[in-house]
Amino acid sequence: MLVAAFTWTEFAQQIAAGIRQGAVFAGLALALVIIYRSTRAINFAQGEMATFTTFICWSLMNNGLSFWAAFPIVLAIAFVGGVAIERTIIRPAENGPVITIVIVTLGLALLLNGLMSVIWGGGNRPFHGPFSTRTIDVGGVPISVQDVGIVVVSFVLVALLAVFFRFTKLGLGLRAAALNPGSSELVGVRVGWMRALGWGLAAVLGAVAGMMVAPILFLDPNMMQVILLYAFAAAVLGGLDSPIGAVVGGLLLGVGITLLGRYVGFVGDTLKLPAALLVILIVLVVKPNGLFGRVAVRRV
Amino acid sequence: MKLKLSFEVLGLIALGVVIAVLPRFVSSFTAYELATVGMYFIALLGLSILTGYSGQISLGHGAFMAVGGYTTAVLTVNGVYGHHIRDIWTIPIAGIVAGLGGLLVGIPALRLSGLYLALVTFGIAVSFRQIPLKFDKFLGGTSGKLLGLLKTPFGLSATPNDWIYYLTWGIAFVLLVVAWLFVRGKPGRTLKAIRDSEIAATSSGISLARYKTLAFALSAFYAGVAGSLYAMARAYMNPDIFPVVLSVYLVAALALGGVDSFVGLILGAAAIYILQNRAGDVTGWINHLPHVNLNAQRPGMPDVIFGAVLIVVLILLPTGVGGALRRLFGPLTSRLYSKS
Amino acid sequence: MSALLQLDGVEARYGPVKALHGISLEVGEGELVAVLGANGAGKTTTLRAVSGTVRRTGNVLFGGTKLRRRPDAAARAGIAHVPEGRGTFSELSVWENLRLGAYTRRGSVNEGAQRVFKYFPRLEERKDQQAGTLSGGEQQMLALGRAMMARPKLVLLDEPSLGLAPMLVKEIFDRLERMIADDGTAVLVVEQNAALALAHAARAYVLEVGRVVVSGPSEELRANESVRRSYLGY
Repeated sequence: MLVAAFTWTEFAQQIAAGIRQGAVFAGLALALVIIYRSTRAINFAQGEMATFTTFICWSLMNNGLSFWAAFPIVLAIAFVGGVAIERTIIRPAENGPVITIVIVTLGLALLLNGLMSVIWGGGNRPFHGPFSTRTIDVGGVPISVQDVGIVVVSFVLVALLAVFFRFTKLGLGLRAAALNPGSSELVGVRVGWMRALGWGLAAVLGAVAGMMVAPILFLDPNMMQVILLYAFAAAVLGGLDSPIGAVVGGLLLGVGITLLGRYVGFVGDTLKLPAALLVILIVLVVKPNGLFGRVAVRRV
Repeated sequence: MKLKLSFEVLGLIALGVVIAVLPRFVSSFTAYELATVGMYFIALLGLSILTGYSGQISLGHGAFMAVGGYTTAVLTVNGVYGHHIRDIWTIPIAGIVAGLGGLLVGIPALRLSGLYLALVTFGIAVSFRQIPLKFDKFLGGTSGKLLGLLKTPFGLSATPNDWIYYLTWGIAFVLLVVAWLFVRGKPGRTLKAIRDSEIAATSSGISLARYKTLAFALSAFYAGVAGSLYAMARAYMNPDIFPVVLSVYLVAALALGGVDSFVGLILGAAAIYILQNRAGDVTGWINHLPHVNLNAQRPGMPDVIFGAVLIVVLILLPTGVGGALRRLFGPLTSRLYSKS
Repeated sequence: MSALLQLDGVEARYGPVKALHGISLEVGEGELVAVLGANGAGKTTTLRAVSGTVRRTGNVLFGGTKLRRRPDAAARAGIAHVPEGRGTFSELSVWENLRLGAYTRRGSVNEGAQRVFKYFPRLEERKDQQAGTLSGGEQQMLALGRAMMARPKLVLLDEPSLGLAPMLVKEIFDRLERMIADDGTAVLVVEQNAALALAHAARAYVLEVGRVVVSGPSEELRANESVRRSYLGY
């Protein structure tokens, strides 16, 4: 059921738009996966953490900084904030059931959401991103500079993280601590701090995702709520404990949902979000550990 | 054991008496407010069946309330083949529709560990509002659906506010007894076994997925009933009546109240009422503190406090305020769900 | 000679269950010492008490200073614990496992790895393979190699012979002796196979329900009637 005349140029544009969306989903999904691997819990405050740091960027820009001047400051604040959150409120709940940690992250989400209203007020506002929205010609297909910029920034970040995990000692320690905390301690890895480091990295990923989508979505305290659901779907699709899966899942979901919304009339824009939920449910039925999941999900 | 049982029955009777006489001492508007608290209480009761006895959480109970609310709206306004159904008869139907919804998502999600139910139900909470937007002809879209104003049926002499109060708390009382029986009976014991050790329960031959799905469906049924009542009381349904944050409030209130303390649940329900309907007033109260001057147009402070309290309570008192109170006062507080 | 490791009245418990009731033992520099005993005697717990992976009370001195009860602190002090089940990271490659062994050390990993490969050439062949795909013997070699990477002063070794063919066990113990001779590393080994342990160790302690019941040079213990009957079976 096609809604409009099909052209290959438009199809290519839709793919590009899907990749841009997918890049953002991938970043946030990766944040969720990093926390899941280190803490075994799902961080429901991931969206609010991202939005909060985006608000900080907005404030800095209102005080005269350019986006690229504010960017590293925001990332540093996000990192310190993520580490601080883990050390202060997640760590005391770590020995309890996972559900306790999940509820703590819900409390954090409420707290941050309220705090954003108190500090910056509710309602949405425009956020002037670093990239222009004019289009350039890429192989005959007009694509906006903003889309290209978002994809490039997201992927540079993911690539940097991949290098960090693969080739640095700290990255190796982080992976080891997630895989086998007991043995990691025995070789001298400070597992607790690795967990905090994971939260810091996740906060940085969230901050970048937030700053990338804010120019498109308008900034308000609930901005990331919907993106968070897409990120969950991406993470489940790729496998909750697989960083590669998060990136691939994000891209697949971004492109898939965009095409579905454009070319399946029944779905349209309205049902994209329920479609993401459906993706989660289908993955849980068909392949619970996702495309790249390492260990089978504990089934009881 | 026998003593405890009679204690619990006495507690229930006492609660019944309090419910029955309370409207004589409060204004009609307060009765309406208390009715709303009762609706949140019903939803929390449902959630407590799920969480208390399977150790899992649902972040989608706000959406199940919306399912109940829309069911009532459609049945009373659109009717079935032009036959409009009187609002109170839609209540059980609303519960059943929500319960079936719970069954539908519970079957895939509950085979897996508890995190997945949280994830899927969060998805329901966030994406449910798209359904009335999509089917706007039928469900009213953003502009919503007007229900008939609340009327006292059967020629009873109560005011509409008193009527919804009695209706809500009457249902709450019945559902409380049902929950109590559920918890004391075989399903309850089974669910407790699940909560305490999934592996042990599995190896003793209990079909966990079936019981968990049953608990989840029952729990969604409660939410549907609560949502139906809420739509009746408001006489209006649109996607913003049950916002995403309501689902979070419900889980938070349950965690604060303690899953197995019904006094705690009533307090939790009251807290949700305040957050949802009186947040501005809370900001006003806070402003009475010295050196505090919050902008009443920015009503985030109650959420900040609620979130902070939730975190602190979970870290310091893992069984919630209700659990802590009960440990302090022992048998003085009524024990609905005894640990024995 | 002051001992490298000295335990003085160490007690340990798992929750309410007391597993060690006051263990005192010593390991000298470059010495191979065995801990023997039946199942549940507290052998593994003794090692865990040293590395701080179990709640303990009493004094643990390492190189003359008190050891903090934190596993990563023990690792940083120069104690490499190869736990039961070997504690290798099965999802990581052999090379990454070795890198983790050198986690507490600064500088290049290569030099240490070359040394490990000298003792265990098999590991070099399988450098890029996932550790989980190695055979049991290879995994034990990897566990030892990883421990060596830290250039420890003391290796705690838990049942290195478990699940391995006798030939392989002999090979591993021979390499262990060479390592000790080359580097002067001390080893505290827990072993179910008492004959094997007594053949290689200089001294041994025999535990029973959380207490040291007999201790002394391996020669003496081999001659000891009750040790022979209970643990050597002849």
